[in-house]
Amino acid sequence: MGERSVSQSLLQVTDLRVEIASRRGIVRAVDGVSLEIPAGEAVGLVGESGSGKSMTLRAMLGVLPSEARITGGQVMLDGVDLVQLGHAELNKIRGTKIAMIFQEPMSALNPVMRVGHQIAEGPQVHLGMNRAQSAERALELMRRVGIPDPERRFRSFPHEFSGGMRQRVMIAIALSCEPSVILCDEPTTALDVTIQDQILRLLARLCGESGTSLVFVTHDLPVVAQLCHQLAVMYAGQIVERGNVQDVLTQPWHPYTLGLVRSAPDVDHPRSSLVAIPGSPPSLINPPAGCRFNPRCKFAEQDCLVTDPPLRLVAAGRATACLHHDRCLEALRTEGADL
Amino acid sequence: MSAQPAAAPDLVTPDPAGPLLDARDLSVSFSLGSAIAARLRHEQRVLRAVDGVDLRIERGEALALVGESGSGKSTLARALAGLLPPDRGEIRLDGRVLPTRRSRSDQRKIQMVFQDPYSSLNPRMTVGSMLHELLRVHHVVRRDEVAAYTRELLGMVGLSEEAVHAYPRQFSGGQRQRVAIARALALRPELLIADEPVSALDVSVQATILNLLQDLRAELGLTLLLISHNLAVVRHLCDRVAVMYLGRIIEVAPTETLFAAPRHPYTAGLLAAIPRMTFTGEEGAPAVQGDPPSPLRIPAGCRFRTRCPIAQPICEQEDPALLAADGDPAHSAACHFAHAAVPQPRSGATS
Repeated sequence: MGERSVSQSLLQVTDLRVEIASRRGIVRAVDGVSLEIPAGEAVGLVGESGSGKSMTLRAMLGVLPSEARITGGQVMLDGVDLVQLGHAELNKIRGTKIAMIFQEPMSALNPVMRVGHQIAEGPQVHLGMNRAQSAERALELMRRVGIPDPERRFRSFPHEFSGGMRQRVMIAIALSCEPSVILCDEPTTALDVTIQDQILRLLARLCGESGTSLVFVTHDLPVVAQLCHQLAVMYAGQIVERGNVQDVLTQPWHPYTLGLVRSAPDVDHPRSSLVAIPGSPPSLINPPAGCRFNPRCKFAEQDCLVTDPPLRLVAAGRATACLHHDRCLEALRTEGADL
Repeated sequence: MSAQPAAAPDLVTPDPAGPLLDARDLSVSFSLGSAIAARLRHEQRVLRAVDGVDLRIERGEALALVGESGSGKSTLARALAGLLPPDRGEIRLDGRVLPTRRSRSDQRKIQMVFQDPYSSLNPRMTVGSMLHELLRVHHVVRRDEVAAYTRELLGMVGLSEEAVHAYPRQFSGGQRQRVAIARALALRPELLIADEPVSALDVSVQATILNLLQDLRAELGLTLLLISHNLAVVRHLCDRVAVMYLGRIIEVAPTETLFAAPRHPYTAGLLAAIPRMTFTGEEGAPAVQGDPPSPLRIPAGCRFRTRCPIAQPICEQEDPALLAADGDPAHSAACHFAHAAVPQPRSGATS
């Protein structure tokens, strides 16, 4: 993997911070996340609920819920910091340079607007196409994403579509202005496994064809293994491990990643029992001192309680925030057969 | 794992006591909307969620019911638990037909754990009062033993004794699911039905609940019906698998047989569609094409034929019965070509 240089990264997130005001205090939902999205690559962002993965994604596009705000950091795209942009400028970038696909297409689509018109809207507004041109483009996109009988389906409403077909419509909308990166927030979580398979293959094929980058947020490790090149694992608002997907999944260098891999049953390798991660994720109002994973970590030592470990490069393209990542390697060697 | 009777060889075990539960020709339907609208749309007004299902659950086994949303797996589970009245067919428990209105003692014997531990527990009752009420109504133990039995139950599911005084909101999702399991076990059921018990939980918490279910099976010799769409969970926990598609069971087999050699093309497609931990992704066609048809418009003949990679003219005309394979009575499939080798979709569908 030679394409690690900064010049080739398309989207660069640096030290991003998001805070949510709550009754009990300020929740630091995203706490210093840095991420590089290389052109044409798919990056998976994995974590459990509350890890801040969706907030990171939403902050990148400036679509945070009203009680959340960005308190620091940069999101650089083509030399422009998206965090500094105003509403009107962001609107120009959304769709044309960055697009987003959500988990629940029914709430992301307009229920009273014909599907074809929703797909045609972007090209009309952003690319200056007239009605006939944009309608033609919408039909072509519907064909590309595999919606059968597009001429008839053009005039349908979202409720007349199945979940999988709605997600195809979302993909068509996302692709309509040829963005350089598409942000996906658990787009297949609500779908059945055979439909998920169809959508993942479609996304991989379309992004491969057009060279579009993907940021794919999910809690499902096997999905990332199938779709993504890079993987970043989030825990308690921070990225704790990053690297090539297969490297991270087969040789985790952070005890949390190791825990995630071991706690999920693997359909191809049934194990006698699963190894759960003890405890539960910490409060992000008052996170534990030192490494945030230390209360649940079986490798924790004295320094883990004091030092907040930064994400550091430990090999080419591999970064971990664990002070004792060699313990993971050791665990893999000694107990490895069960992984 | 524990040596359960049902894990035994390929033959249906001639258990002298017979199966624990035996459902025959079970159907559950819901009527919807207005009759006129249905006629205009050429749809049946009746949604047949479960459409003639035969299912046997052996004593002590863990049986999985898998299928996609709308396949009728949850409806079937609810009908077995007595929460929905079937409109055809019968359910036998220990060889005795259960009436539609079940007696308390029959209700006790089949208990259920639901998917969402946030909505299946009463938010205004402490765990203690929830369990005490249950034990009082069903007379499970003597009155002076209720407190001790409650503690025993909480210990069994891995909760501390202080949990008695806590409300559901004070627990995490995984702990709530433990409470729900304790509630189901309180009545000493013969069959525990778990409907997607870990789907609402985070991955690291799922493992604790799956391990708990596995331990409980070993300790109590519990018979388990697990409903899940997650085939990795099913393979981990269950001895036998029944696959549902549009209201029918289309294949039943011991877990390892099913995963190694599925006979129904839908099962083969379902298995191929599971994302794997190691990259399998040669860019090919999806394992199963298209969407499942609406349960209001079940195709004539074989109901899978509209998505089937090997469909033939006969599949349009004849509805295949769920039949045991030659030489393997434990493995049945409802496909006209189940005896021919099912092409593996990953390689077969690209042709």
